[in-house]
Amino acid sequence: MTQVDAVAPRPALPWIRLDGPEPFVEGRLCRACGARTAATRLACPACGARDSIETYRAPTTGRLHAYSIVRRSYPGVPVPFVSAIVDLDDGLTLKGNLINVAPEPGALRIGMPVRMVFGDALGRTDKDGASYVAFFFEPSA
Amino acid sequence: MSENVYILGIDMLKFGKYPDRTFAQLGGEAALLALDDAGLAVHDVQALYCGSVFGAYDMTGQAIMREIGQTGIPVTNISNACATGASAFREAWIAVKSGLYDVVLAVGVEKMPRGMLGAGHETGIPLEGLFGSASMPAVFAESGMEHAGQYGTTFEQFAKVSVKNHHHSTMNPKAVYQKETPLEEVMGSEMIAYPNTKLMCSVNVDGAAAAVVVSEKKARQLGLTRAIRVLASALASDPWNPRNPIMPDVNGCTRLAASSAYEQAGIDPRDVSLVELHDCFATAELLHYENLQLCGLGEAGRMIDDGVTALGGRVPVNVSGGLLSKGHPLGATGIANMYEVALHLRGEAGARQVRGARVGLTHVVGLGTAAAVHLFEKA
Repeated sequence: MTQVDAVAPRPALPWIRLDGPEPFVEGRLCRACGARTAATRLACPACGARDSIETYRAPTTGRLHAYSIVRRSYPGVPVPFVSAIVDLDDGLTLKGNLINVAPEPGALRIGMPVRMVFGDALGRTDKDGASYVAFFFEPSA
Repeated sequence: MSENVYILGIDMLKFGKYPDRTFAQLGGEAALLALDDAGLAVHDVQALYCGSVFGAYDMTGQAIMREIGQTGIPVTNISNACATGASAFREAWIAVKSGLYDVVLAVGVEKMPRGMLGAGHETGIPLEGLFGSASMPAVFAESGMEHAGQYGTTFEQFAKVSVKNHHHSTMNPKAVYQKETPLEEVMGSEMIAYPNTKLMCSVNVDGAAAAVVVSEKKARQLGLTRAIRVLASALASDPWNPRNPIMPDVNGCTRLAASSAYEQAGIDPRDVSLVELHDCFATAELLHYENLQLCGLGEAGRMIDDGVTALGGRVPVNVSGGLLSKGHPLGATGIANMYEVALHLRGEAGARQVRGARVGLTHVVGLGTAAAVHLFEKA
C-alpha cells in the first residue's frame, strides 16, 4: 500500500518557530540598545549597531494597543474580524486577529490584556498542499 | 545657487475617472496648463521630474515629452508611494535651488487600479484576514484608534472631518464630488474598517497636476505678480519606532518633515493661513493636526469640534475637499495640494477663498514611509 506523505505544516510568518515542543514567536533583540523586532535586519534599525542582534523566545501575553473592526476586505476574505496591534509584555509589537471576542467597539478596550494562541491558518494551504500555523490573540482577563 | 525658488505656473486636471486617456496624455495636459499659467513654452523647460506610482515603470515622464515636445531634456521618473508628487516637486526644487537650472517642470500623474489598496504575501498563503488587515482603511483605522486610546478621540470626531471636507468640496469644481454629507450620513454609511466608514475613505480616481518651478533670476525676469515663493521643502522617512512597520507609523516622519520645514522657513506654525494635508482617511486628518503642530498633542478632537479647521476658522484644513472628496490619485495628489494653496495665496480660489491667506502648508505621507511638507507664500 502506498501512502502520500503528508506535507508538514509550515510557519505562516518567518518569525513563527515550529521546531520546539510548542510553536512560538522568535523575536530579535539588540544587545546594544535593547530594541526589539520580529523581522531580521542587517543591523539594528534603532541604533545602527552591527552584530548586536540576538534571538529570543517572545512572551505570549500583552495588551491591545490599537485595533480596527474590518467589515470589508479583499474579495474572498471572510469578514468581520478584529485586526489588532498588540504590545507583548517585553515590548515586541505584533499584529494579528483578535478572536473569541465580539467584533463590536463595546467589547473592545484599548489596553485590555490579551494572550497569544497558535493554531491552523484558517484552512489556508499553499500550492504544495501544505497547511500553515498562525498566531492569534484572545482576551485573557 | 538660487536664493529663492518660485512656482511660476501650476494647474491640475479635475480629478475623476479617465479610462480612455493614457498616463502621458493626462500628465501632458497638466504640464501644458502649468506652462500656460507661467507664460512659458516647452522649449523653456530644462528638466522634468515626473511622479507616478503606477506609471513609474513605464517611463511616463518621457512619454509626456512625446505628447508636448521632445526637446531632449533630462527626465527622471519618481515613485514614492503617496508622497510621489511632492517628491517630484522637491527634486525640481533641488534642481533649481542648486543653481543648475532656471526652469524645471514637476508633474504628478496617476491612473488608479480599482479596489482597495494594500495587502501582501510574506509566505506561501495570503495573509489578509489571518494576521489582521493590511488594507489601507484598516491600517489608518488602527492609527486613529491609537489616538482614541491615548486621548479619548471619538468615532464622531473622526466622522466630522469627512463632513467638513465634503462641505469644502462643494465649492471646488475640480473635486470629483461636490456633495454635502451630513454627520448621520457619514457615520451611517457602509462600515469598511471601524471607525472608517465608506465616506471616511479617500476617493479612488485618476488625475494629474503640474508645476513650473523657476529660479530667482527667472522669476524677476518674467515678473513676480503671480509667483509663489517656496519657503521650505522637507522630506522625511520613518525614524525608528518600536511598533513600525508592524503598525505603520505615519506620525514620526510627518513630525520630522514638519519640524524641518518650519525651521527652514523660519516661521511659527501659528503663522500658517491654510493647510492641505494627507486626509487619506478621516482618522488620519486629526493625527496630522498634531503632527503638523497646528495644535498640541491630544487637542485634535477639540479642534475639529470647535470648527477651527473649517473654512472661516483660524486655520482652514483641506478647503479643496481633501483626498476624501477632491480625490486621491496617488502620484498627482502632492502637486494638486500645492495648486490649491497657490490659488489661495494668489487670491484666486473663488467661493472657498481663505481670506487674507499669506502662508500655505502642504503635506503628504505615503506608507513605507515617506512624508513631505512644503511651505509657500505669495511673492
